[in-house]
Amino acid sequence: MIVVALFLEFALLSFVAFGGATALLPEMHRVVVESRHWMDDATFTHLYAIAQGAPGPNVLVVTLIGWHVAGLAGALAATVAMCLPMSVAIYLLIDRWEGFAGARWQKAISLGVAPLAVGLIFSGATLIAQAAAFGWAAWLIVGATVLVNLKTKLHPLWLIVLGGVVGLSGWV
Amino acid sequence: MRDTSATERSRPDLRALFFAFSTVGLSGFGGVLPFARRMLVEERQWLTAEEFNALLGLCQFLPGPNVVNLAVVVGKRYQGALGAVVAPVGLLAGPMLIVFLLAMLYDRYGSLPLAQGMLRGVAAVGCGLLFAMAWRMGLAIKGKALFLPFSVLVVAAIAWLRWPMPWVMLLGLALAGGLAYIRLGRS
Repeated sequence: MIVVALFLEFALLSFVAFGGATALLPEMHRVVVESRHWMDDATFTHLYAIAQGAPGPNVLVVTLIGWHVAGLAGALAATVAMCLPMSVAIYLLIDRWEGFAGARWQKAISLGVAPLAVGLIFSGATLIAQAAAFGWAAWLIVGATVLVNLKTKLHPLWLIVLGGVVGLSGWV
Repeated sequence: MRDTSATERSRPDLRALFFAFSTVGLSGFGGVLPFARRMLVEERQWLTAEEFNALLGLCQFLPGPNVVNLAVVVGKRYQGALGAVVAPVGLLAGPMLIVFLLAMLYDRYGSLPLAQGMLRGVAAVGCGLLFAMAWRMGLAIKGKALFLPFSVLVVAAIAWLRWPMPWVMLLGLALAGGLAYIRLGRS
């Protein structure tokens, strides 16, 4: 049953999703493209692009992957699998949280996770570039996006729209 | 202290939780956390700024989608187990319907060259946004000389060697977290 497989894969992924769904991109690619062969590289980057252009939490890329693999049931299974384990954990933990707050081990984990998340997100970016087999025009867009996003306060949505329009021209 | 707690000020019912989180879910592109903060702290005042920071700390400490975790916590706080279900469902229902619509469009028209070109353009921007995000998060790290090498190791293991992420994270957390633990003991 592909829906069960989807559920189990994403439930497993949810336990290592430090930094949210964005940090999971490389591992989702490894699972759904390289190991399960549920889709090809191009489709993976397309789904990522659609998630970028849609409103909502970052976790929706998981919904799209689930949809592509097994329709509505797949979308629901993947999304619930991604959200449920840690939602249950936090539901049970929250009342005890005050007791842990400021504990040395807790600070240590927060400090230790941060550089790992940076590496994961950087990996996600290189992976999208690789999977989409970017040419010079696409790399130009990547570079311009990085510069504009870091140096100005322009809302990313405008960049996404602009990227779509440039893409429509067929140059990318 | 009790009278300053946001709990005393207002007590949303299930319907209010659902619609408030729906609005948050539909507000942002590429992450809705800033909108969640504005709604919870400034508009509805369901949480004080301090409460929000403390809860966000826990939500970011645990893996999983942070803003979904936050909705669970706020829902539980005001309406118990039912609230803990209704708030995240409210957060995700609207965006999911839109994504379903987009997915159906993609199923039908995704193979057209025009659509593929557009998606490649958006993917390039998305890729740039990820690089920028990594850069910004890297700048925010305390003790860069000590901890940024772990970022490099993660990139090598994940992007280059393609090791499975659960093992990389366990090992990385043991090493980087262990180092942080020792360092915290000294200061």
